[in-house]
Amino acid sequence: MATEAPPPSEGDSAVDTTVPTTADPAVPTTEAYREVQASAEFGELRRAYRSFAFPLTVAFIAWYLMYVLLSIYAGGFMGAKLVGNINVALVLGIAQFVTTFLIAWYYSRHAAAVLDPKGEAIKSRMEADA
Amino acid sequence: MSQHVLLAASEASEHRPLIIALFTAFVLATLGITVWAGRQTKSAADFYAGGRQFTGFQNGLAISGDYMSAASFLGIAGAIALFGYDGFLYSIGFLVAWLVALLLVAEPLRNSGRFTMGDVLAYRMRQRPVRTAAGASTIVVSIFYLLAQMAGAGVLVSLLLGITSDAGKVGVVALVGVLMIVYVTIGGMKGTTWVQMVKAVLLISGTLLITFLVLLKFDFNVSDLLGKAAENSGHGAAFLEPGLKYGLTPTTQLDFISLGVALVLGTAGLPHILIRFYTVPTAKAARKSVNWAIGIIGGFYLMTIALGFGAAAIVGPETITESNKAGNTAAPLLALHIGGVDSAGGAILLAVISAVAFATILAVVAGLTLASSSSFAHDIYANVIRRGQATEKEEVRAARWATVLIGIVSIALGAMARDLNVAGLVALAFAVAASANLPTILYSLFWKRFTTQGALWSIYGGLSSSVLLVLFSPVVSGKPSSMFPDVDFHWFPLENPGLISIPLGFLLGWLGTVLSKEEPDTGKYAELEVRSLTGTGAH
Repeated sequence: MATEAPPPSEGDSAVDTTVPTTADPAVPTTEAYREVQASAEFGELRRAYRSFAFPLTVAFIAWYLMYVLLSIYAGGFMGAKLVGNINVALVLGIAQFVTTFLIAWYYSRHAAAVLDPKGEAIKSRMEADA
Repeated sequence: MSQHVLLAASEASEHRPLIIALFTAFVLATLGITVWAGRQTKSAADFYAGGRQFTGFQNGLAISGDYMSAASFLGIAGAIALFGYDGFLYSIGFLVAWLVALLLVAEPLRNSGRFTMGDVLAYRMRQRPVRTAAGASTIVVSIFYLLAQMAGAGVLVSLLLGITSDAGKVGVVALVGVLMIVYVTIGGMKGTTWVQMVKAVLLISGTLLITFLVLLKFDFNVSDLLGKAAENSGHGAAFLEPGLKYGLTPTTQLDFISLGVALVLGTAGLPHILIRFYTVPTAKAARKSVNWAIGIIGGFYLMTIALGFGAAAIVGPETITESNKAGNTAAPLLALHIGGVDSAGGAILLAVISAVAFATILAVVAGLTLASSSSFAHDIYANVIRRGQATEKEEVRAARWATVLIGIVSIALGAMARDLNVAGLVALAFAVAASANLPTILYSLFWKRFTTQGALWSIYGGLSSSVLLVLFSPVVSGKPSSMFPDVDFHWFPLENPGLISIPLGFLLGWLGTVLSKEEPDTGKYAELEVRSLTGTGAH
């Protein structure tokens, strides 16, 4: 795939040399990627990511769909007034906001604590070997 | 043109120097930024990805600027003002959708792609067919989205300047088009990103101001605000409950579900949002930018409650529909009324909010144009037509020409679709993105067996089914509110196609893969999987 090879001017430009993270690092061979993919360490990272992100995705989509379905098929329940003119529908709607903020925070905490160290260990070893 | 709108326009015209000054100030400031950014734009990574130098916060702000379009500002406020609680679904769906992007797409995409959505879709696949498909769907999604922004621009012009002649409207739409061509061709991603940051700050400030004034009027008692909105709406308590727009018949109920599904799954498939993740140096910074975006966008959507119900309570639905049948002028009218209809304060607020809305439209239009011209140049020109042999210079030149072309197309489209609610129009772009792009993104990243045939079936199947269903829906023909109200060729009952076309996109991706004769490229999948999770070899 020709375009995935680092183009000569990108790594050499004045902008990129001042910010080393944007320069293209040495790219490991496909064999190296295969080996890592099959390794226990990467298996652990994949499991730590998927076992967290997938169930959480299913959960928030289910919670959101439940809200959509309640809105359509449970009008009486959603219209029940709680305080003044504030009804169940509005509270559940605001609850969607709250859970969105919480899930974003929860995932980011997991990623920083568990996923980032594992990923960085693999990355620095692979790039040192490449 | 109703009397009231003429009144608004004449109020505004007394302060026309102010309106023109505000608008000119924004245009000059953003053009200055564009020229400054253009001087620093040398390589392809600069043009497509702003040199990948932005911080998580800067990009989060720019994402918010790119995402909170005319649909959010004009469309949602109008939908809530006219249909009450049912309009609020847009706010919720548009926000919750960011979790799909955060948990499944942003970081892997940042690690494995370079400039476009097509980089990731085609990573493990045969390049030319998949990049052609990715380019096609990027351009179609962006044009749907552009249509909504241009509709918003047309609406504002009528309200603000009292221009009713088609020539006048085309003139303003053409001005928007020319400005966006200048932003993108000269400033590239760097200029566009800064324009979006400026716009996000303006939009949040304007919305905070109006929200504050609305709440002040009701002594910060939300219940009173809702009560007054319900009373003025003519629907009573039903205005605050779900079902006013979508609860009437089984068909409209299905339409509500369809809309809900399209909203939550669309964001992570929008090309102009996805390419924003390439402007930061690492996946961690991409995560951080999504978190900032969720905070900023969430705060904004909470304020749509005050905008929408405030417009119903203070302006009233009759005045709103007189001005624009779809409710798109609710937010600017609210500004006028809360400042006082016959006072300088009202006219000034109307001018400020209209200038903010213009800034919103300009910034989003620039982002959309950049996404489609990048995809044309990088996916179609460089990798399909030139088979990867184009130099960076040639690629960027192609992107600039594509920008001019797309600008002209969107000016041409801008004249249509004025009476459609812009939030509803954008929801169609979400449905197309969720049907054509999301399945292939997820299968590519997470399913080992996925093949080129699966990707092609999914992209083309999702794209054509969603577009065809829209074409034969009541959005286009058969109803007084349709784009072409005088003809009727609709047979699909729902306004949003997502309920059918999104599952179809996923199904076709699976079917195309299991019926595929070729073996998946396991070496490429090893590269993609390791790279997407660790960032090894990322650009």
